[in-house]
Amino acid sequence: MKKKLIILLILIQLPYLLSSQQSDQEALNIIEKIDKNMFSKTQIVTSEMIVYGKRKKRVIRSKGYSMGKENNFTEYLSPEREKGTKMLKLDNRLWIYSPGTDRTIQLSGHLLRQSVMGSDLSYEDMMEERKLSELYDAKIVKDGNFNDSPVWIMDLISKVEGLAYHKRTLWIDKTKFVPLKENLYAKSGTLLKTTTFFNIKKIDTRWYPMKINYKDMLKDGKGTDFVIIDISFDTYIPKDYFSKNMLKK
Amino acid sequence: MIKFIIKGIIRDKSKSLIPIAVISVGVMVTVMMSGFLKGVFSDVINQNAKLDTGHVKIMTKPYAENKEQLPNDLALLEIKELIDSLNVIYPDLTWTPRIKFGGIMDVPDALGNTKSQGPGMGLAISIQNKESGELQRLQLNKSLKKGRLPERSGEIVLSDDYAAKLNISPGEKITFFGTTMEGSMVFQSFEMTGTVKFGSPLMDKGTFIIDIIDAQNMLDMENGTGELLGYFKDNIYDDNKALIISENFNAKFKESKDEYAPVMVTLKDQNGLRESLDMGDAFSGIFVFIFILAMSLVLWNTGLIGGLRRYNEFGIRLALGESKSNLFKFLLIEASVIGSIGSIIGTSLGLIFCYYLQEVGIDISDDTANSTIIMPSVMRAYVTPNLFFIGFIPGLFSMLFGTALAGRGIYKRETARLFKELEV
Repeated sequence: MKKKLIILLILIQLPYLLSSQQSDQEALNIIEKIDKNMFSKTQIVTSEMIVYGKRKKRVIRSKGYSMGKENNFTEYLSPEREKGTKMLKLDNRLWIYSPGTDRTIQLSGHLLRQSVMGSDLSYEDMMEERKLSELYDAKIVKDGNFNDSPVWIMDLISKVEGLAYHKRTLWIDKTKFVPLKENLYAKSGTLLKTTTFFNIKKIDTRWYPMKINYKDMLKDGKGTDFVIIDISFDTYIPKDYFSKNMLKK
Repeated sequence: MIKFIIKGIIRDKSKSLIPIAVISVGVMVTVMMSGFLKGVFSDVINQNAKLDTGHVKIMTKPYAENKEQLPNDLALLEIKELIDSLNVIYPDLTWTPRIKFGGIMDVPDALGNTKSQGPGMGLAISIQNKESGELQRLQLNKSLKKGRLPERSGEIVLSDDYAAKLNISPGEKITFFGTTMEGSMVFQSFEMTGTVKFGSPLMDKGTFIIDIIDAQNMLDMENGTGELLGYFKDNIYDDNKALIISENFNAKFKESKDEYAPVMVTLKDQNGLRESLDMGDAFSGIFVFIFILAMSLVLWNTGLIGGLRRYNEFGIRLALGESKSNLFKFLLIEASVIGSIGSIIGTSLGLIFCYYLQEVGIDISDDTANSTIIMPSVMRAYVTPNLFFIGFIPGLFSMLFGTALAGRGIYKRETARLFKELEV
């Protein structure tokens, strides 16, 4: 009698267990496809960061080179005040070079949470280039629509310690596998930032957002726009670009 | 008569010793507490005025609303013109701009790489403009611990604790890394000339001082400032005067549609000082009242015991024909003399303790190490002229009050029964 009862219970639970496993697998497949769109072996991007200040807006143009998830080198091209400033990220270390003082400053720890040039982006945000599938456990919450596009709404919970955002909620375009909106939460559940992705374009074989708006929810204002002027994927970049010598060149 | 009373007090110590001792202790505590509270409140006001609030402060409206975030993007602009007009309208005040800003201070090693770094709070004041009086106001010469104060552009002074934390000595280079008024990235190297001790744990933790012109250039704030501080020329804060000036100034901009219109606030209307100081004043009043009441009760009791002991004396005097009112008056005069003697002794002792607390103080720096408000690290008493007479109020009043209560018995004595009582 006991055995029969156990078998009956297992039979009742089985479809739920299978469907939940299937759903987890589907969520993982989705974020892997997002990673495929958003990440590449190398990336060279010329972009403009538009910071909406209280009194005026500033446009900061830069050219960035990245290789894998560890290495990133950015040179600021304009305005004059920022021109020649360079940033180098190697693993979890960040150096900033200022031509005016000929000094290289290394930032670490909580200093990485400071805003980059008064924008809604922190240095930590700029440095976080690891794939979502490596950092988060994903779950599809529901289907929906965002700006007339069918989307999956997914919750991502960190599976790695020490991330800037413990939880992310993503609105993912079902046809292009690109996020259209992202809410970033602290461990306490406080909404820290929202990111909205616009102008999704097909570049080679991948879909990529050409404009991103970052909004620090703890600040007033319109947030910061990050507009891509030019981008190329998997282009050869000499290894010298990711050494400290490059900062003073 | 006074001479007679004094002789009586000296010769018959039993009727004066306990009241004088009680009054002396009470007056001593009153004088000491008054001097101490006065000292602490004055230090809090002075410390806030010189380091942060001024006697009045002008900011833009949005800056004032978010001032904890040091929002220099909301700073006051065209301040030279504003100061010129303020000098004409309010000739009793002197005006000085100050910029507060946050950032990272980075100390390079011999190769120019980061040796040490830490977040800090910058304070830009008029150092090179000697007429501003900022060096005297902040008493930076007295606060200097190592090296010298900045004299030229490109020089910086750090709080002593901050310099120790960054492991930097006078003469070494240090780089400020932060953002301009509009948010652009800024790097600026300075020569560290010395260290100072502000005497406020909040500021001693991580403050550095540069000249206002350097800050305006560095932060793209030419002819601008975060805060414009006004000080009365006699250096004494007058709350009523400050309130009238601020109301007058703010009325001019009440209807202004300029989002960045200036707004003036008084010293007490900043950092929650009005509530704290008013509460402190109220507590001082309550303290003195309770003390007078307690002393009166003790002296009433002492008077009653003395009255009982002197029952025969009063009886004989009444029997000899002295009027009840004259006897009562005599008792009150006697009480005044005892009260005066006690008050003189108590005031003297209180002043000695106050002077000791003024010179030595009580170090509370360990308890206020993580304080988020500006307050002195050493609590001191102040010996002020009013301390010389403040003790006489409770001293005399409590003795008179206590004696008056105890002396009521005199009026209850019936002359007809006096001789019968005296036979016993």
